[in-house]
Amino acid sequence: MSRRFIRAVAAGAIATLAAFAATAEEAPEKVRIGYAISKTGPNAGGAAASSTPNYELWAKEINAEGGLMLSAYGKRVPVEIVEYDDRSSSEEAVKAVERLITQDEVDLVLAPWGTGMNLAVAPILHKNGYPHLAFNTLTDRAPELIERWPGIFFFEGTSTIIAGATLDMLAQQRDAGKIGNKIAMIAIADALGIELSAAYREMAAEKGFELVYDAAYPAGTQDFTPILTEISSKSPDVFIANSYPPDTLTMTEQARVMSFNPAVYLTGIGTAMPMFPGQFGENVDGVMGIGGSDVASPALQDYFKRHQDSAGYPADRFASQLTYAGLEILQQAIENVGKIDRAAITEELKTGTFQTVLGEVSLASQMLETLFYVGQWQDGEFYGVGPSSLPGARAPVVPKPAWKN
Amino acid sequence: MFLDLLISGLTLGGLYALVAMGLTLQCGVARIMNLSYGEFLIASAFLAYLLTSKLQINPVAALLLIVPLGFVVSWLVYRVLMLPLVRRSKAGASLDVDSILATFGLLFVLQGMMLVSFGGNYVSYSFLSFPVHIAGTQVAANRLLVFVFAVVLGGTTYLLMKNTRTGTAVRAVAAAPNFAPLVGINVLMISTLAFALGGAMVSASGVLISMFLPFSATMGVLFTMKALVIVIMGGVGNLKGCLVAGLLLGFTEATVARLVDPGLTIAANYALFLLVLLFLPNGLYGKAAR
Repeated sequence: MSRRFIRAVAAGAIATLAAFAATAEEAPEKVRIGYAISKTGPNAGGAAASSTPNYELWAKEINAEGGLMLSAYGKRVPVEIVEYDDRSSSEEAVKAVERLITQDEVDLVLAPWGTGMNLAVAPILHKNGYPHLAFNTLTDRAPELIERWPGIFFFEGTSTIIAGATLDMLAQQRDAGKIGNKIAMIAIADALGIELSAAYREMAAEKGFELVYDAAYPAGTQDFTPILTEISSKSPDVFIANSYPPDTLTMTEQARVMSFNPAVYLTGIGTAMPMFPGQFGENVDGVMGIGGSDVASPALQDYFKRHQDSAGYPADRFASQLTYAGLEILQQAIENVGKIDRAAITEELKTGTFQTVLGEVSLASQMLETLFYVGQWQDGEFYGVGPSSLPGARAPVVPKPAWKN
Repeated sequence: MFLDLLISGLTLGGLYALVAMGLTLQCGVARIMNLSYGEFLIASAFLAYLLTSKLQINPVAALLLIVPLGFVVSWLVYRVLMLPLVRRSKAGASLDVDSILATFGLLFVLQGMMLVSFGGNYVSYSFLSFPVHIAGTQVAANRLLVFVFAVVLGGTTYLLMKNTRTGTAVRAVAAAPNFAPLVGINVLMISTLAFALGGAMVSASGVLISMFLPFSATMGVLFTMKALVIVIMGGVGNLKGCLVAGLLLGFTEATVARLVDPGLTIAANYALFLLVLLFLPNGLYGKAAR
């Protein structure tokens, strides 16, 4: 018996043993991932624009590759989605998430859509030790909440950060002599609108801007002409609307019709959604809004294409890419840990760096920090313009071109 | 400034009145408190959107298709879904409760169907969105069209009600459903007609609204609520009341938004609503207590 033979047998035996050891702890048949999302009710529009298509795309892509690579078992395990409709009610969302955890015993829970919903389900996720990637959540209380719930992660910054980044961009334009210092601001009378307005109000004066109009309007307002006429009579340099999608569309339509065209026209949620250029065509040119992206990035372009192919409609240019990047981060955190160990995954989320459609990012502060807070439609795409330090940032076009009627 | 407010108030008020007119017929004459009313509106808006964006049909031309369709569908809804309730209640008080429950169910069926076919996303397109200059102020042509429609539709229906035999029968059923058969009126037929006419009107308003307001499959209930307030304020079953109440709310909203604070528009509208009900419990043009 040659030595070589013995060595081969030994190597084979060791390999078999190793393989045996690896399968000793049996791999799960699937990784169950659950979420409660608004399929009906007032939040359904937002959820369909930025949550569900990404959740579905993500799961589809993972399973197309054979599943999540769980190195503890040395194999890929497909994911299975468990979905509930929270009917846009936070009580329903809480009940559904509880059911996901206790009855369906899902391995991980994905976020519902919207700030209120996410804050409502956060305590349950925290109590049960589930990491909570709170997509589509925007609150100034984020730093305080991070202390309270160590497994929560935010992706859209805070109202203060958004208002600060926007005012910085505006201050640069003013100092360059392109605009004056008069801002007119309206906001929807809702958590997001009120918070953003408060942040702007607080910082505007200190950055040397004057608020010549500052009011809130109720949700469901169908005519903005009286407000816009009043604002127009004060001839502001900057118009800021902390608005929701239907209002963003309605007021922009009316601003166009009445030729209200301030040097900076900046609207809220919805500006970055595909329906916005869908309705206004080349009139979107120069309109600013929350969000924006490094359009030239091939990873992002590829994502836009996959989103379009999977959902049948384009991704919105703000929350969608953040949600998808968050899902990529989650996937990499799971695969780095190699098994479903929620405490270890949470830890990995905080310590790792991840490759996403937004480039290499980390969640060290439990907040995504490298993103555009203000963007502008230029040549049919929604480019990030602030903060100007980010890769791919474009210089804002100020004053915005006139509306074409 | 006064002219700005006048035009704002007229277009918004016209929109409110138009949305409410169909419901006032369905509630007042057919006695179906149709909670799925807004879903019919949104469904028509989606149809208009489909015809416009996929088949490049002019939305005004789409009206010619969608309005009769609304009439037929509502006719069938009344005959198939509501008739058993009407028969069971013998047109007594339980009809109100039963119809609320049944149409509440219908709301979810319709909403579910729209969610499956169109998803939950907002949809919008624009049509006739150029400004029209009226005495130094501008108004979007599509909003002006809505006002014109509200007046023409409301006025025509009002005149038909006043001056034709069928119209008189409709009013008789609204006024005294129990006694109308005594003078040879086919109450069932008239109720079906009123319900279907209401359906045709809501289809028209859905198509018109889709031209300038973004909508989504789940937004119907907003319109139902608004319509309900106007119907009750104007007096159930009264078209003139609808027009007046709608314009009143439109003017209040425009004035408060411009001169006081846009945040108070809803409060002002509901205060007005309460005030009217306080002094005229049956609405502006409602009959004195039954």
